[in-house]
Amino acid sequence: MSRAAENVDTGVGSVDRTPVEAADVCVIGAGPAGGIVASRLAEAGHEVVVLDAGPRFDRTDRLARQERAIRPFYDRPDVWESDPERDAHSNSGERFYPLNHARVKGVGGSTLHWQGMVMRLHEADFNSASERGVGVDWPIDYDDLQEYYAEAERELGVAGGDNPFGPPRQQPRPMPEFQPSYSDSLFAEACDELGIAMHSVPNARNSESYDGRSQCVGYGTCQPVCPSGAKYDATVHVERGEEAGATIIDRAPVQRLAHDADAITAAEYTTPDSEYRQEAEQFVVAAGGVETPRLLLLSESDHYPEGLANSSGLVGKFFMDHLFAGTGGVLDEPTRQGHIGFLTSESHQFYDEADAEVGPFKLEFFNYAGPSPVESALTGDDWGDALLERLRGEYGTHIAMGGLVESIPSAESYIGLNRDETDAHGNPVPDVHWTVDDRALRTIERANEIQERILEELGAEITWQVGPEDTGPAYHHMGTTRMGDDPTESVVDASLQTHDLDNCWIASSSVFPTGGAMNPTLTIAALALRCAESVEAALGGR
Amino acid sequence: MELTRRDAVAALGALGAGTAGAGCLQEAATSDAEASDESVQEALVAAAAVLYPSAVGGIDAFVETFLAGRLDEGAHAEGVRAAVDALERRAESWYGDRFAALDVDDRDSLLQEAGVDAADEDPNGTTAEQIRYYVVNELLMALYSSPTGGELVGIENPQGHAGGLDSYQRGPQV
Repeated sequence: MSRAAENVDTGVGSVDRTPVEAADVCVIGAGPAGGIVASRLAEAGHEVVVLDAGPRFDRTDRLARQERAIRPFYDRPDVWESDPERDAHSNSGERFYPLNHARVKGVGGSTLHWQGMVMRLHEADFNSASERGVGVDWPIDYDDLQEYYAEAERELGVAGGDNPFGPPRQQPRPMPEFQPSYSDSLFAEACDELGIAMHSVPNARNSESYDGRSQCVGYGTCQPVCPSGAKYDATVHVERGEEAGATIIDRAPVQRLAHDADAITAAEYTTPDSEYRQEAEQFVVAAGGVETPRLLLLSESDHYPEGLANSSGLVGKFFMDHLFAGTGGVLDEPTRQGHIGFLTSESHQFYDEADAEVGPFKLEFFNYAGPSPVESALTGDDWGDALLERLRGEYGTHIAMGGLVESIPSAESYIGLNRDETDAHGNPVPDVHWTVDDRALRTIERANEIQERILEELGAEITWQVGPEDTGPAYHHMGTTRMGDDPTESVVDASLQTHDLDNCWIASSSVFPTGGAMNPTLTIAALALRCAESVEAALGGR
Repeated sequence: MELTRRDAVAALGALGAGTAGAGCLQEAATSDAEASDESVQEALVAAAAVLYPSAVGGIDAFVETFLAGRLDEGAHAEGVRAAVDALERRAESWYGDRFAALDVDDRDSLLQEAGVDAADEDPNGTTAEQIRYYVVNELLMALYSSPTGGELVGIENPQGHAGGLDSYQRGPQV
């Protein structure tokens, strides 16, 4: 058993957080990318250490976290114990970005609170400049990633069926899709009339027992917590890595990557008790689309005065997120919402119509429109029969659609350092400077139009819409250490090695040159598998 | 509609049973005074008679089974005991008797006069906010995350209940 596994429940102060001697690989960040890289390399026999800024959460606390998710006293960041000092940040962009609602720090990372939708990017997403006339082309194509996508689906455990609009695939997903909801059947009638095809949502959620985890049991609180473990989270791979001998050090935020001209020499990290240096042969930064560029920028030196791996000047630039478009209303009949916390149907029918004017987007058919009765019961000034009457009035006939829209990369949208404000360790906080392009706003309008048509065909009274004026981010941080062949135009190459440093790799959505409109985690996982192979090769296959 | 032992167990499934679900997440109560488990049980059964709709039966057994899983040695249970103690002191002071000894209308009045109806829950807040958190919302969450409580509203598998993968596929019952 590895050191951290022995110490998992012993608490702050009694855990050995000292560096691992003779480490081959140091991975920074214990989310899905870091977990997959660590597990693969540990299974290959390498000495791997993973440093994570946040805590290792006790699995037996998940029901208590579910209670926090339901009770009105707790805000979303409270569920996974966001720390305002540790996670301090600023916003200087034209739009506010709720960063600490968008991430979880700790072993498992943001997959602890994610929704769990896992689509492959479409083929054209890899060639946005040449196929759609905007953005840039990736240095790899869909064909280069297809095998890794399939492997990622097996690694995460994906349930899903056919998608007539999806990219080519050689084999089915490892689990059958979740059956459509009753609500989906209402939408299906309207979509049939309009010639819009619905298909299943690929979920990183067990539709049957898989990989030692149970079938989904329907708690309905998937986002932000799955008490049963049926929803994949990155603790799966972190624990797999530990079983193979990797060492996980939690509460160990890396402050700086010490380096010489060509290579990183050590990750300098703090713990609740002390400060340490973790040396290793190879370093994989897997800290997400915000903390990854921040760490590189914080590691500035005489060699790299603008920040580590930043000779292109592009570290932190091109910060992107997907944008939400939604429309909802009420029907004059029951819609059976809120029995589960995930989606079962979507449509990619309009995705590949994208061009320079309107971007790709996907449409989602909600299964949890309207208020949750139990959450609503805790917030009113009524009880007894009056409360029940109110709940019955609120629940039962809501219906809604969502959608995700691509935002094209812009150097004006970035993650920087705010040197006027410091975190709990005295480091400049990340500054989120988020902008949204006009094409994305036009795409939201287009998605809204289709949503309105479907709901009107359904006979719904439309009561709300999230459009270009009040859209928000989907909490998918992308683009801030972009991948490319040209060292002057990108931060990492197609193998995910930084152009500047021989032993620095980045496994994260931060390497996405463009984002498409698909939830990013399956692509993160596929790239992490590819990264692990590259690091393995760099280690000489030992 | 009758609440059952299955409902109480389901509510515990949503809220966590005793120390297993407690961990480090529970909020500490701010009062030193604590009611005994017997008086907590008596008071919460009496409160449920006010808070639950009249269509619900089987309240006593439901609340007792639920509390058996909640009243452990953790901080949350301490908060429940302290909030009940505060409620009892109000009852004695304002109505001259234990909360459970008051008739249902007086219990309702007492909760409203204490400002609990208008209070937002807060485990570390004012007395009204703590009673809202540890008594009122404790009981309302137990009810409306249970299958029977959900069915009252029209949802057999309410949020927090591990009700499986069938109900979301079913249409409305005729």
